[in-house]
Amino acid sequence: MRIILGQVFLTIGTTGTPERPATDLGFLLHKHPDKAQTYPTSHGSAHVFYPEASAERCTAALLLEVDPVALVRRGKGKGRGGAPDAALAQYVNDRPYAASSLLSVALAAVFKSALGGVCRAMPERAESPLPLRIEVPALPARGGAELVHRLFAPLGWTRVEVTAVPLDEEFPAWGDSRYVRLLLEGELRLADALRQLYVLLPVLDDAKHYWVAPDEVDKLLRAGEGWLADHPERALITRRYLSHRWGLTRQADQALELVRLAESDDLDVESVDNAVDESTDTEEKPVPLAGRRRTAIIDALRAAGASRVLDLGCGQGQLVQALLKDVRFTEIVGVDVSMRALTIASRRLKLERMGERQAGRVTLRQGSLTYTDKRLAGYDAAVLSEVVEHLDLPRLPALEYAVFGAARPGTVLVTTPNVEYNVRWETLPAGHVRHRDHRFEWTRAEFRDWAGKVAERHGYTVRFEPVGPDDPEVGPPTQMAVFTRTDAITTTGTTEKSKEAEAA
Amino acid sequence: MNNDHSDTGAEAGTESGTAATAARTLPVTDLSLVVLIGASGSGKSTFARKHFKPTEVLSSDFCRGLVADDENDQSASRDAFDVLHHIAGKRLEAGRLTVIDATSVQSESRKQLVQLARTYDVLPIAIVLDLSEEVCAARNASRPDRAGMPRHVIQRHRRELRRSLRGLEREGFRKVHVLRTEEEASSAEVVLERRYNDLRHLTGPFDIIGDVHGCRSELDTLLGKLGYVDGAHPEGRTAVFVGDLVDRGPDSPGVLRRVMSMVAAGNALCVPGNHENKLGRYLAGRKVQLTHGLAETVEQLEREDAEHPGFRGQVREFIDGLVSHYVLDDGKLVVCHAGLPEKYHGRTSGRVRSHALYGDTTGETDEFGLPVRYPWAEEYRGRATVVYGHTPVPSTSWINNTICLDTGAVFGGKMTALRWPERELVDVPAEKVWYEPVKPLVTEAPGGREGRPLDLADVQGRRVVETRHLGRVAVREENAAAALEVMSRFAVDPQLLAYLPPTMAPTATSRMDGFLEHPAEAFAQYRADGVERVVCEEKHMGSRAVALVCKDADAATARFGTAGPTGALYTRTGRPFLDDTAMTEGVLARLRTALAAAGLWEEWDTDWVLLDAELMPWSLKAGGLLRSQYAAVGAASGAVFPPAVAALEQAAHRGIEVADLAGLQRARAQDAAAFTEAYRRYCWSTEGLDGVRLAPFQILAVQGRSLAAVPHDEQLAWLDRLVEHDPTGLLQVTRRLLVDTGDEDSVRAGVDWWLEMTGRGGEGMVVKPLGALVRDARDRLVQPGIKVRGREYLRIIYGPEYTRPENLERLRSRSLGHKRSLALREYALGLEALDRLAEGEPLWRVHEAVFAVLALESEPVDPRL
Repeated sequence: MRIILGQVFLTIGTTGTPERPATDLGFLLHKHPDKAQTYPTSHGSAHVFYPEASAERCTAALLLEVDPVALVRRGKGKGRGGAPDAALAQYVNDRPYAASSLLSVALAAVFKSALGGVCRAMPERAESPLPLRIEVPALPARGGAELVHRLFAPLGWTRVEVTAVPLDEEFPAWGDSRYVRLLLEGELRLADALRQLYVLLPVLDDAKHYWVAPDEVDKLLRAGEGWLADHPERALITRRYLSHRWGLTRQADQALELVRLAESDDLDVESVDNAVDESTDTEEKPVPLAGRRRTAIIDALRAAGASRVLDLGCGQGQLVQALLKDVRFTEIVGVDVSMRALTIASRRLKLERMGERQAGRVTLRQGSLTYTDKRLAGYDAAVLSEVVEHLDLPRLPALEYAVFGAARPGTVLVTTPNVEYNVRWETLPAGHVRHRDHRFEWTRAEFRDWAGKVAERHGYTVRFEPVGPDDPEVGPPTQMAVFTRTDAITTTGTTEKSKEAEAA
Repeated sequence: MNNDHSDTGAEAGTESGTAATAARTLPVTDLSLVVLIGASGSGKSTFARKHFKPTEVLSSDFCRGLVADDENDQSASRDAFDVLHHIAGKRLEAGRLTVIDATSVQSESRKQLVQLARTYDVLPIAIVLDLSEEVCAARNASRPDRAGMPRHVIQRHRRELRRSLRGLEREGFRKVHVLRTEEEASSAEVVLERRYNDLRHLTGPFDIIGDVHGCRSELDTLLGKLGYVDGAHPEGRTAVFVGDLVDRGPDSPGVLRRVMSMVAAGNALCVPGNHENKLGRYLAGRKVQLTHGLAETVEQLEREDAEHPGFRGQVREFIDGLVSHYVLDDGKLVVCHAGLPEKYHGRTSGRVRSHALYGDTTGETDEFGLPVRYPWAEEYRGRATVVYGHTPVPSTSWINNTICLDTGAVFGGKMTALRWPERELVDVPAEKVWYEPVKPLVTEAPGGREGRPLDLADVQGRRVVETRHLGRVAVREENAAAALEVMSRFAVDPQLLAYLPPTMAPTATSRMDGFLEHPAEAFAQYRADGVERVVCEEKHMGSRAVALVCKDADAATARFGTAGPTGALYTRTGRPFLDDTAMTEGVLARLRTALAAAGLWEEWDTDWVLLDAELMPWSLKAGGLLRSQYAAVGAASGAVFPPAVAALEQAAHRGIEVADLAGLQRARAQDAAAFTEAYRRYCWSTEGLDGVRLAPFQILAVQGRSLAAVPHDEQLAWLDRLVEHDPTGLLQVTRRLLVDTGDEDSVRAGVDWWLEMTGRGGEGMVVKPLGALVRDARDRLVQPGIKVRGREYLRIIYGPEYTRPENLERLRSRSLGHKRSLALREYALGLEALDRLAEGEPLWRVHEAVFAVLALESEPVDPRL
């Protein structure tokens, strides 16, 4: 018995003539127009019934009652009376109402033969186009009405009507929801129409699903045969499939601990677990400025003669990877506060498959620069590349002390965006920071002021180097400070003290 | 004074024994390893039996018997000595006098015993029975088991003994008693002596005084403030100096004269500091560098020489006689210069002395070239209170029952004393900066002015936090890792984050028709816990907010070390509640004004207040979540039901059998609409602070006091005054009702109140024991609050259709155990943080507890509870 039930709904209609009655739809769908039938699916019961069925007009309705509790259980595969380690978002969500991959799966289950284009009773009707009218009242559409048009228009529909659904009419300021009402009209083969829906519903939804199993994703991929190859949005469709799959792997390493902390504070998980942006500066899509930054950093490290290096805030491990290529760097320690970043870095470096000798040169570990950390003491150099701007200004003194006061490497490299340069980014709206997690961006003068004071307080000298084209007016896109420990500190006091200790 | 008083100084009590005819007394320190040395047959066992308790004596013969069933099986010697050393080690570790009855004539065997004594920081003492070969042979002959022992064995023993005699002190024995004749051996008396550091019989009261460093004027002022008149206290109190009387300051001789005379008169005790130790070496003619302020002392002493020629010698004698640490007041108090872990208390060894004088140094040096000190106090768990000095700190703070009294008087700080047993601090400010410190007393980093900045080791990995109300609370590694990320990236400055609110358990699940939660269960639970009086407080559906309000920015700087803000307003995971700092300051300003108008600053004698509150509307903070999750559900359901229901009605009209399905869909459409209504009640738009409301429900702490255990009626009286004195409309009162859990009428009134409130869309209520911090009959902590959420509100949590009977039935199987345990653990940690804050413990100690609350929040618990 299904208990907590939701509902997902779509209708498929057609028109006909006395010679070719619309009620043939019943044969094509393999569902009798005068019966209401119920089928169990993996996420709830699917009901098929016909609101209208005459020779002129025939409409089939598919109503899927989704059981969200079953969804949670499927997702976690354990738990009595509700899996205790599930996230709250898994309990109260739009799945029961929105036409997502769940409907897609139900579609495939209930209309299996029709989807395959099989009709024993009237094979010629199955092979020929019909005048179809399809309505999906609540279709989650990331990318909005415009994308829905782009996806369906090339597929032969004569009418693609997309209406936005407001989030809450009592709060107009909240704007539109991610749902649209979709109406499709055109002459298509029924099987093609069903396959399009089967693939494009989840593509438009594009949500992370905790509960979709990988084999279902594979089924989705197979259904693209025939029409996907020539679709102008094929890249987007494919990418969203992949990200969908990625979502599955992501879920596996998503720290549920972090999800719970976000939820305990009424926050989206994405607004907490966002330390790394996996879509930027990947191996496939290197960002030119990031490459320049790494070159500048490695040059400065070589110039300083450093061999044992800390990458503080190593993120996805790009710099660690670059440092590994030069054997002069005998020990490379990547530190990040985000466990996710470290997981990705470890994957990028292929640490598990790395030879012992090379793997012995690199360590990745969780740490935080707002705390002193004894394990960071005694290194030749530390790199803080694009790190300081991710910290709220009031917490910068803690970082300053942890790095310059406590860890005290011989050389410290700090890079940070030069906010003056932002006017040169064509894609960046005026007054915006370059990354949504940047808590501040400094002008050259502000950076120099901070770096100068830090150097003075902690016994370092500092010089500045531009990274990227040094614009005569606004300077370089990235600014780098190279701190060198002066080391002129009296060592006599030390020996005296230790002698005293020995004498005691 | 003489060398006898030095616990590790030159050895004492060596007896030549040549002219002894009268009965000898043999002083033996009460905690020591006594090694009897003598050839086979010299009467060691007889001597041991006569002078020591049987359990104190470990004999090698006995151990041979233990391992080989034969006391004379020489082949078992190695194993026998392993056993003997092991048992001796256990005894010494436990602080028990131990006597070794073995020949011990070979230096190699003695070396192991001396090492054993050092391992457990006790004195090795030798008692030598140097009797003639004839005597030994005669004794052996009278013992059946030894009668056959060849004469040459005794001869060899005697040879080895004679060779050893001279070098016993050099081997490390602190007392060597040699008995040469049978008469001497039989008439000698062993006299147990108290260790020099053992002054447990002195119960004070004491005034323990921190580092003086030649600041005579400040010392006189402090002594005066403590009530001393000319070096004596009219009430017979005893001053205890933690050392470092000299160097750097303007008048080290004056300080020495004062302290020496007080000690001589029995009005004071004094332990040596590292500076006395170095001065002593200088006065003994050893070559030392005149650094760290010694040059000043030497110069001052030279000026003394002319007037008081003997003074230099008196100082030398005084320093030589100082004992590294004292155990006082029945073992409850330990005083030394640089701190001492419990295993060293009352022990005597070079390393105990070294730790007492210098502390535990790691061997590294810091950025100022000063030795890095190992924070022994952070790991201290001993029963005795340890009072010490040595490391200048900006202000004193208790850490694990230890306190450092060096507040840097000579560096322009203050001179501090601790009254014992009152535990009151008394201090006087320095008259000037007498000596420039090498490193600033205060580290700029957060926490630096309270000893040291926050360290990763305080929070990372698996940790156990000791709490006063719930004992040890463990934090798992993965939870700490998640908390580290959130704390580091999103939280407000930890200096302002003195508390995080604990999670709260819901009431036991109700079996009542239509209800998942009902107040009757909450009242019943408290009644079962033995709590008669509870207060029901209206639950405001907003977002939790903790507010730290300081009188002004200076007060914030003074107490919390921040520069700029006048406090903080943060969420339950420590994030700034509002992105806009000006708005935050606006809320704080209104609170500040209301606190002033209500006269609460004066009443609490504080310039900061930490309070727990609910900030509304919910949509202010949870806007993102509302739009992405709650309103989305509403929008999707609102879009899908009308056409679906219409289609079903159409089909029904055609005579298709869909009536049940249609009815069900209509009911579900209603549930979905009710869901939308439920969240809408907690949303409204705001403009700046207009429309924002703050309902404070507990004052958590003020200067020097945690108020978390103050009964809720008192709390609410304060809060009502606060709300009343806010003219801006920001502050909102929390409605409440007192219920007697044993009185049916009262319970019914409580239920009705809840029904009425939730019937109008209220979120629900929280039931709390009126006494706030309450234990049950079995002395277990009682839940500090139980939430009873309204029927409509729960749609937001359990989904639009949770009220359908079959759904309710399934949901009733929810399990509350973990949530309740979590609520109690987080509550205890929160109380702990407040207590540590109130007692002025350093930031890292407060942060440890706060961080643990955050970490526990990531434990896997059903999120709907």
